[in-house]
Amino acid sequence: MTTVPMMHAMIVAAILLGLGLTGLLVRRNIMFTLLSIEIMLNGAGLAFIAAAAHWKQADGQVMYLFIITMAAVEVAVGLALVLQMYHHLRTLDLDAASSMKG
Amino acid sequence: MRLTGKMPVPQKEKMNATFYISAAVAVLSTILVIVSRRAVHALLYFIVSLLAVAAMFYVMGAPFVAMLQVIIYAGAIMVLFLFVMMMINLGVDVRGPEQAWLRPSRLAGPAVLAGVLVAELVYVLAAGWKHSAAPVEVPPEQVGLAAFGPYVLGVELASLLLLAGLVGTYHLARGRREDKSPKEEQPR
Repeated sequence: MTTVPMMHAMIVAAILLGLGLTGLLVRRNIMFTLLSIEIMLNGAGLAFIAAAAHWKQADGQVMYLFIITMAAVEVAVGLALVLQMYHHLRTLDLDAASSMKG
Repeated sequence: MRLTGKMPVPQKEKMNATFYISAAVAVLSTILVIVSRRAVHALLYFIVSLLAVAAMFYVMGAPFVAMLQVIIYAGAIMVLFLFVMMMINLGVDVRGPEQAWLRPSRLAGPAVLAGVLVAELVYVLAAGWKHSAAPVEVPPEQVGLAAFGPYVLGVELASLLLLAGLVGTYHLARGRREDKSPKEEQPR
């Protein structure tokens, strides 16, 4: 049994996830949107590591490796899209990119 | 697999305290990320948050992942963010505001939070804890064996994902350069 209870780490992970979701919903700057997604991924990774520590297995850490890979790819593509958007619209406001709005 | 459960109980409780302090720093700096006005400030706070979560990983017996968090997340990915912010700032004349953003007073918040983490680090090193407080620390060897054993299909899929990301980013960046040239001829 670990000294840190899994539930406490899970609570912290849930708080991070909630903060990321809040930022995603509240902020309209696309850089903050990307950062909020990163916060949520970080919270998910924390949950995996807490589970791995609780069951003393390496599986959760492997899942964290996959999460960090996915985060890197998402950031690369997302930032390329940010540059495209800034080039076309000269703003970082997400509401400006609404030409596909129904 | 190293067994580190021999340490006396009081030390473990102190180690627990480092976990909760790191958790507090992580939550606080994450709150400051989503309420920051400037993206650069948010980035500084987010780096502190990542470092705090890395400290939590270390305390929970995952030193390999803690290192990855610092090197890849707080290092490589955040540098990408920083580069894009610098490129975007080049378009507008923001030399004046930039100096105002990077005033020492604006750096005080992240510096204080990072100082708490540094204090934890010094404390842990001074106490001579070579391993985390978890009774069973999962070493990097075990992670590697799991990744290339039962999860080898996932590793292959991750490589495919990286390739797709590489091609996609290349496509987006190339398209930007092509339709940039006619626009630059126009007087601004």
